[in-house]
Amino acid sequence: MDWLLALLQTALFVFGAPLLLGWIKRLKALSQNRQPAPVWQPYRDLRRLFHKEVVIAHHASWLFRITPYIVFGAVVLVASVVPLLVTSLPTAAIADVIVLVGFFALGRFFLALAGMDIGTAFGGMGASREMTIASMAEPAMLMAVFTLAMTASTTNLSTAMLTILHEGLVLRPSFIFAALGLMMVAVAETGRIPVDNPATHLELTMVHEAMILEYSGRYLALIEWAAQIKLMVYGVLVLNLFFPWGIATETTTNALLIGSVVILAKLMLLALILVVSETVVAKMRLFRIPQYLSFAFLLCLLGALSHVILEAGYII
Amino acid sequence: MLSHLSLYEQAIFVLAALLLYTCFSLLAHTRLLDLIRAFAWQGVLLAATCALVAWVLEQPHLYISAILTLSLKGFLIPFALHRLVIKLKLQHTVEKVSSPTTVLLSGVGLVIFSYYVALPIEQLSTEITRNVIAISLAMVLLGMLLLISRSQAVSQVVGFMAVENGLFFAAVVSTYGMPMVVELGVAFDVLVAMVLFGVFFFQIKDNLDSLDVDQMNRLSEVDE
Repeated sequence: MDWLLALLQTALFVFGAPLLLGWIKRLKALSQNRQPAPVWQPYRDLRRLFHKEVVIAHHASWLFRITPYIVFGAVVLVASVVPLLVTSLPTAAIADVIVLVGFFALGRFFLALAGMDIGTAFGGMGASREMTIASMAEPAMLMAVFTLAMTASTTNLSTAMLTILHEGLVLRPSFIFAALGLMMVAVAETGRIPVDNPATHLELTMVHEAMILEYSGRYLALIEWAAQIKLMVYGVLVLNLFFPWGIATETTTNALLIGSVVILAKLMLLALILVVSETVVAKMRLFRIPQYLSFAFLLCLLGALSHVILEAGYII
Repeated sequence: MLSHLSLYEQAIFVLAALLLYTCFSLLAHTRLLDLIRAFAWQGVLLAATCALVAWVLEQPHLYISAILTLSLKGFLIPFALHRLVIKLKLQHTVEKVSSPTTVLLSGVGLVIFSYYVALPIEQLSTEITRNVIAISLAMVLLGMLLLISRSQAVSQVVGFMAVENGLFFAAVVSTYGMPMVVELGVAFDVLVAMVLFGVFFFQIKDNLDSLDVDQMNRLSEVDE
């Protein structure tokens, strides 16, 4: 039963991610006074891409062909670990949050290799930029994770959420910093404005799109789908780690129902915040990104420090 | 455990952490108007923390300190600095800090150092605010770091005021604030210092055509 539920939750992640992107795109179109596409447009795009013929360059090696599967597989594995509706599922014990960061790094590594595999200028440029951003985003993310782990005394996501739920509403300075830092890292890692613009192609500033420029057909569909799931994973991570209230702790129908409604509402709200911030903030120059990410790192570091200074070792 | 404290007491910690954050934002801002705005935020947060400490520890005289801090460091001094910067036409200058990341990281190092130094003091105290002593010490040190990492006279003044903020915060969290006479004296000293700095700014500007104090290392006769 539990395994079935875990499978269901992963499926919800995988098949719900395009819907989240559709919702974000719809909000964004509305904020720019454009006629929005329906929210299921990403599904249509994916279906269209899956039906299209795959065109591959002559020089492409086996690496180029297997990369989409590795990227998609890594992201689905990550999605199965992150609690969406209910905590303490058997899959949550498979991997902790550090392994989760590792899975993302694995996907990125192969994507960067595939970008360089063909030998076009755009692929190499995108790969080098992606790795530059990742080398600064990952320490910040790990710092946020460590802050959380110090508070909950565990790196397991499900257990950490349970600990935070159990303690109730506690104002933790470290969580404020870690949440802000993690959100900034999430923006950088999922390639949203101000770090990368997901809506443009063939622009000199693109990062993620430049790497996957040579992909087409079902390969492109898999990579795009993986990117959508990644966006949702980051959203759920931020929401369920720092605001876990509403998530089901037992597998009764009632709790599950409440859990799904709450996470839906939270994700819709987070999407709204993302869209507002993307409307207010302009895309950054590439050379400003290190500054942005070092600020995120500083925030996460301050989170860890304020945990040690203000919260830890507090004995009445 | 943090969850044993009341929400007000937890809010003191949050505000203290935010104060530490404003110190870092002071270090990070290179435009003078942004710097002054961050300084104003620090004053407002400091006043809020002071009022909250007064509420939690039931020390009504701290409310007066909070009001003084809010009016002086939250509004009056930032406003005066803002006007000076506009008058001296410095609003568009971007200060050159030789390596901003190193400054920020050494700031983190200072925070760790002050935590280490304040650890024995914390063990002597029984107040719930004892954990915040390390933060106030870090604020003093970060203000000093701001002083030595900048060459603009205006940002050095902001650094000086930030050091004063840190000292005031240390007094509030460790000993319920200084005696009222001392506090009033310091407040007016800061105000007078502000006026004097204003006069000095114009003097320096007249003599050097710039507020970059690094140029004072050079004797004008030797020049060229």
